[in-house]
Amino acid sequence: MKTVFRPPHLLPLLPGFLPCSVLAAYNFTFPEPVTPIARETLHIHNEFMLIITTLFVVVFAIMIYSMIKHRKSVGHPAARFTGPRGALQWFWVAVPFAILLFIDFVLMGIPAVQAIFSMEDTKTRADLVLKVTGMQWKWQYEYPEAGVRFTSTLATPRQQIANGEAKGEHYLLEVDNPVVLPVGKKVRVLLTSLDVIHTWWVPQFGVKRDAIPGFLRETWLLIEQPGIYRGQCAELCGKDHGFMPVVVHAVPEAEYLAWLETKKSAAKAAAGGAERAWSKDELLAAGKEVYAKQCVACHQANGQGLPPAFPPLAGSTVVNTPLFGMDGKPAHDSHVDRVMNGKANTAMQAFRNTLSDVELAAVITYERNSFGNTRGDMVQPAQIKALR
Amino acid sequence: MSTTTTHPASDLHAYQPGGIMRWLTTTNHKDIGTLYLSFSLLMFFLGGAMILAVRAELFQPGLQLMQPEFFNQLIGIHALVMIFGALMPAATGFANWMLPLMLGAPDMALPRLNNWSFWLLPPAAFLLTLPFGLALFGIGDGALATGWTFYAPLSVQGGMGVDFAIFAVHILGISSIMGSINIIVTIFNMRAPGMTLMKMPLFAWGWLITAFMLIATLPVLAGAVTMLLTDRHFGTHFFAAAGGGDPILFQHLFWFFGHPEVYILLLPVWGLMPHVLSTFSRKPAYGHNAQVYSFIVIGLLSVVVWAHHFFTAGLPVPALIYFMFSTMAISLPLAVLFFCWIATMWKGAMSFETPMLFAVGFIVLFGIAGLTGLILADVAADAQYHHSYFVVAHFHYALFAGGIMGVMTGVYYWLPKWTGHMYSERLGKLHFWLTVVSFNLTFIPQFFLGLAGMPRRIPDYALQFAEFNAISTLGAFVLGFSQLLFAWNIWSCIRRGPRVENRAWEGATGLEWELSSPPPHHSWETQPVVK
Repeated sequence: MKTVFRPPHLLPLLPGFLPCSVLAAYNFTFPEPVTPIARETLHIHNEFMLIITTLFVVVFAIMIYSMIKHRKSVGHPAARFTGPRGALQWFWVAVPFAILLFIDFVLMGIPAVQAIFSMEDTKTRADLVLKVTGMQWKWQYEYPEAGVRFTSTLATPRQQIANGEAKGEHYLLEVDNPVVLPVGKKVRVLLTSLDVIHTWWVPQFGVKRDAIPGFLRETWLLIEQPGIYRGQCAELCGKDHGFMPVVVHAVPEAEYLAWLETKKSAAKAAAGGAERAWSKDELLAAGKEVYAKQCVACHQANGQGLPPAFPPLAGSTVVNTPLFGMDGKPAHDSHVDRVMNGKANTAMQAFRNTLSDVELAAVITYERNSFGNTRGDMVQPAQIKALR
Repeated sequence: MSTTTTHPASDLHAYQPGGIMRWLTTTNHKDIGTLYLSFSLLMFFLGGAMILAVRAELFQPGLQLMQPEFFNQLIGIHALVMIFGALMPAATGFANWMLPLMLGAPDMALPRLNNWSFWLLPPAAFLLTLPFGLALFGIGDGALATGWTFYAPLSVQGGMGVDFAIFAVHILGISSIMGSINIIVTIFNMRAPGMTLMKMPLFAWGWLITAFMLIATLPVLAGAVTMLLTDRHFGTHFFAAAGGGDPILFQHLFWFFGHPEVYILLLPVWGLMPHVLSTFSRKPAYGHNAQVYSFIVIGLLSVVVWAHHFFTAGLPVPALIYFMFSTMAISLPLAVLFFCWIATMWKGAMSFETPMLFAVGFIVLFGIAGLTGLILADVAADAQYHHSYFVVAHFHYALFAGGIMGVMTGVYYWLPKWTGHMYSERLGKLHFWLTVVSFNLTFIPQFFLGLAGMPRRIPDYALQFAEFNAISTLGAFVLGFSQLLFAWNIWSCIRRGPRVENRAWEGATGLEWELSSPPPHHSWETQPVVK
């Protein structure tokens, strides 16, 4: 999205600060709004910038006038007054405060209250619900009515981040599975988190809301123009806080429905995969893919982790315990238990609801047979399914 | 002049060990003030070095110098070091040095407590930064990496750096509370005869309100981090939903302290401003009582507005409206202060020595902080500003331009009184202009970055933010290195500045300027009488 250049309201604060020839490369205000909330927010922002710039200029013009005229070096004699005297002076002292009171509670206050009511209007006339779950360091999106659920992780190659190769156009703002939403429909967005607090933010939507573990928060969107909209997690959430972008594809409704169908059938196919027996090679190949998306940020590509916060998998006791106990169930703190249920108060999250049976079986099998781990055994998707 | 003698000349006070023992055992308010101010300057450079490393990393997109974990540690410790290590001790140093001089007292009321409250600071700073060193030896995973706000559950998940920071905050809190008690007791009991509360200098008033705010809010922070500690190690669930707790509870507790903290950092500076403005305008301060009432109102309002720090956390609508309007209400007493500052200058006979330059720079730049704060209070607009670089720029206008530049105003203003020497006016002015220009060069681009959608606390960013980040880093380095001028100017002033009179500034008024420069060991052995 190319942002249209509009007159920057903060600019009068420091005229001549930037060379004008390069202004085009800089953004001085919000990106192009595409929802009613974002438009209203931009309008409020512009209005407020005008107000505070005016206040700034008027107040400090008075001060600068005084600094020029009332100097010792130009022979101005010092007055002795210490406060207003007489009704007229009191009146002039009161005027700026009356103006400020008016600005605070009428000029700025009334549109602000209206904006709050429209921002928080999440419960009326929603056309669909999108559930957003933040987790370290990716987003999961769920369409509860359609039963579709997937995770969305950073697609920028690590090599670009490490300056090993040229950075792409959407460096750090690109994902593997973008969330797709219909234009012109009111989307009620529910937010929660699996581990720490994250904040879901797409600047062009004018929406920013925290995803809080154990609680549901909500907001809403009505995207008016088709397009690809990008944002980021906005609350410090640990190591890869800077690397969990949000990408939304807004498309016409028909396209959205078609996309939803393909997602549904893909989910069905994946669920069907849990019924059949998988060969070890299939599981290893699938597991490698899952590992590269879900696990690599902490446990690293070589399985060495980043101890002590992120322990190594190579030679790990958790990985190297037997898969199932005598009773045929995974023991507490065994490999399956840890991957499915996570570990409290650490960055190791529960993947039970994030990954499918096949993905869980594949990644567990992969970890047990990689990085020098030679358990040699495997777990079938059907076994994982039976544990749910 | 009066005849009331407080301390008959006593031999006990003649105990004067030399060398390091002098500083370790001192109970003299001027020595302790000097310790506070030196510690503050040291921490200012330490915190500054940390953030220059951060700005260097942010100079270009991509990870060049450090990994994200280390980046996260630097930003949080930078904030804690600057707030608890540089700004608060500087203000306490001012109070120690100036309150007895201004109030007509021989010393602070509780000199031994005073010694202890200072000597708690170095161990706390050591605890806070120790995990960096331990990590070098492979012990632990470094310092607090949650940002200075400690938000649970990230801080529950964090490594032992969090525990170090919790204990450092406890110790710093004890130090501040003891310092506050000392200041309140001094102000209430040791004013010169005739100096009623309403006649008391505004600097003392600013500190009196600050001290009450510290005592009211620091225990809440101490409680919050203790709850965090038990959540981390003793199986409680204050901040874990799974055990019936609430992560947002932590934010309420933290900001119940954290918002007043902003005014704790600023009130001493607001108290000092009228002294400087009046001195260099050669005209009495305008609206003395109005400023006193504004301090009180700001102090009261500051403890009822905390939730504007997390408008995006999903508060109920009535809470949003209440916190928005109560926050906006702070603009009124603050406007009274701005009005009084400008009215003090109005029709004066101004001259612009370094302290006056810093005071004027403070007023203008702090004005930007106040005005952007006003729009940040708006919930709808805040949804865009919040968690973005816009907020980072805003609070640096408040805490660097408002806090640090305010402290520099005070240092230049009082340095001749403390040392008996004049600093170099030429270097001072150079320092001022470099600071103001590079400060704006650093932080104006951050306003625009925030508006364009760059979140704060990220070690790497999308390409659209590259230009402004490069400018900001450039500014930050000039800003950082120009502060060496400040340190050099202070040093050479102490060593070989020209001698000054008792009244170092032509237009200065107040008891502190009656004493010699530097003042005698027991500042006022005979209490003056204020008419």
